[in-house]
Amino acid sequence: MQPPPSALPDISPSTGGISVGAPRSYIAILGFLLGFLLFPLTAFAADLPALTGRVVDNAGIIDAGTKAALSQKLADFETKGSDQIVVATISSLAGEEIEPYANRLFRFWKLGQAKENNGVLLLVAPNDRKMRIEVGYGLEGTLTDLHTKLIIENDMVPAFRAGDFSGGISKAVDDIVMVLEGNPEELVARGKRNEQAPFNTDNLFFAVFVSIWLIIVFGSIAASILPPIFGQKLGPGRYRWLGMTFEPGRRSSSGGGWSSGSSGGGWSSGGGGFSGGGGSSGGGGSSGSW
Amino acid sequence: MLAQRLARPSTFRTLPAFLMMAIVLPLLAGCGYNTIPTAEENAKAAWSEVLNQYQRRADLIPNLVETVKGYASHEKDTLDAVVEARAKATQITVTPETLKDPEALKKFQDAQAGLTSALSRLIAVSEAYPDLKANQNFLALQAQLEGTENRIAVARRDYIQAVRDYNLTLKTFPSVLWATFWFRGNEPFANFTVDEDKMQPPKVDFGTKQGG
Repeated sequence: MQPPPSALPDISPSTGGISVGAPRSYIAILGFLLGFLLFPLTAFAADLPALTGRVVDNAGIIDAGTKAALSQKLADFETKGSDQIVVATISSLAGEEIEPYANRLFRFWKLGQAKENNGVLLLVAPNDRKMRIEVGYGLEGTLTDLHTKLIIENDMVPAFRAGDFSGGISKAVDDIVMVLEGNPEELVARGKRNEQAPFNTDNLFFAVFVSIWLIIVFGSIAASILPPIFGQKLGPGRYRWLGMTFEPGRRSSSGGGWSSGSSGGGWSSGGGGFSGGGGSSGGGGSSGSW
Repeated sequence: MLAQRLARPSTFRTLPAFLMMAIVLPLLAGCGYNTIPTAEENAKAAWSEVLNQYQRRADLIPNLVETVKGYASHEKDTLDAVVEARAKATQITVTPETLKDPEALKKFQDAQAGLTSALSRLIAVSEAYPDLKANQNFLALQAQLEGTENRIAVARRDYIQAVRDYNLTLKTFPSVLWATFWFRGNEPFANFTVDEDKMQPPKVDFGTKQGG
């Protein structure tokens, strides 16, 4: 009979070993985990097309004139009611069903404004002979599943069967816009809510936050450096500057001060490019095939 | 004199303590104290969305059954099966508090899967009635049903992801410390498994075998 306490001496040296080598191995493990966390994200994003504009014609089935007209129409519509409609064509679904693919793409592109989720994605996969209109959470009540089904069946399917992709798509976009305009007051109100203010409150808060930090961090440094240079000397370690008496030597400030982490979020790049507003979709809309 | 001597050190002693609190409390949040509760609430919210979408489907069914009845009243077995499956599915609810119990989730999933298959039989049967297929009401219900099935799929995917994130926080390194020292009552949530009917290859039956 082996007494159970014999296991104890085995444990204590090994735990001691871990605690000795801990800092380096933890850093290694952490880096490893971090790498693992980030890797799937990049790999996941890689197989989805980039959002290059309001019409992303990766399958090359929309002619140039229609593409320009559609882009203009959709841009105009977004300025009116802030709804983001994007037309996308892809050459292949690579064996995936169109519904999960469309939802993935919608969420990857973040169509619609973040607080409204008012995006619409019209996706066509010509080689799989499938199409889908994916509707963001916020528009599910306006552009219902039945609307999208009827648009697919009545506008797109007949045109696509005749080989007229450009015609079918622009007709479908017209009808989507028509349905969304069906409730004009709501549309205008939505546009008002999401008007791009030249200086929005997020930026203001950010600026106030940064300036407070700068004052805390650099204020004490400035208070110890500037009075000796610009001020009037009153005595040893005492200076008078801007009507105040500074004694830099006496109360040495704790010096520390963190460098604030890179808090890049919250800024929309003001450039001319088009990007999703941060909306999401829960799988509304419908699909069809021809 | 005495009061001064007592008061001055106390203010000087509480100031560093106050500063320490001001520094340490945000660090506590930065160290991942919030990770586990956040992930737990996310998983619960994702579950609510799953329930919401299943409820939406259950709400559509009475209308659908009535519409089909008008055109295909002699498909009584199929219609009854749908009504029965709906009754069974709406009886079983899994609240966020009981998400830790895999058995409860399994029961819920089985009941909903039963309703899914009964519904798909009803839709398949209705293909044989051209009048029914041309009915505007039926068309609308079918579009809504399809949309709801897709929303259920999305909600389930989101739930699976949220639960995976939550369960990972209970098992992986930095947050597992919080789980062992602070959140002892937190248990992993049960997750969906792939439906058994989806694992099997579809059966093709041309009516040669009766009752198959």
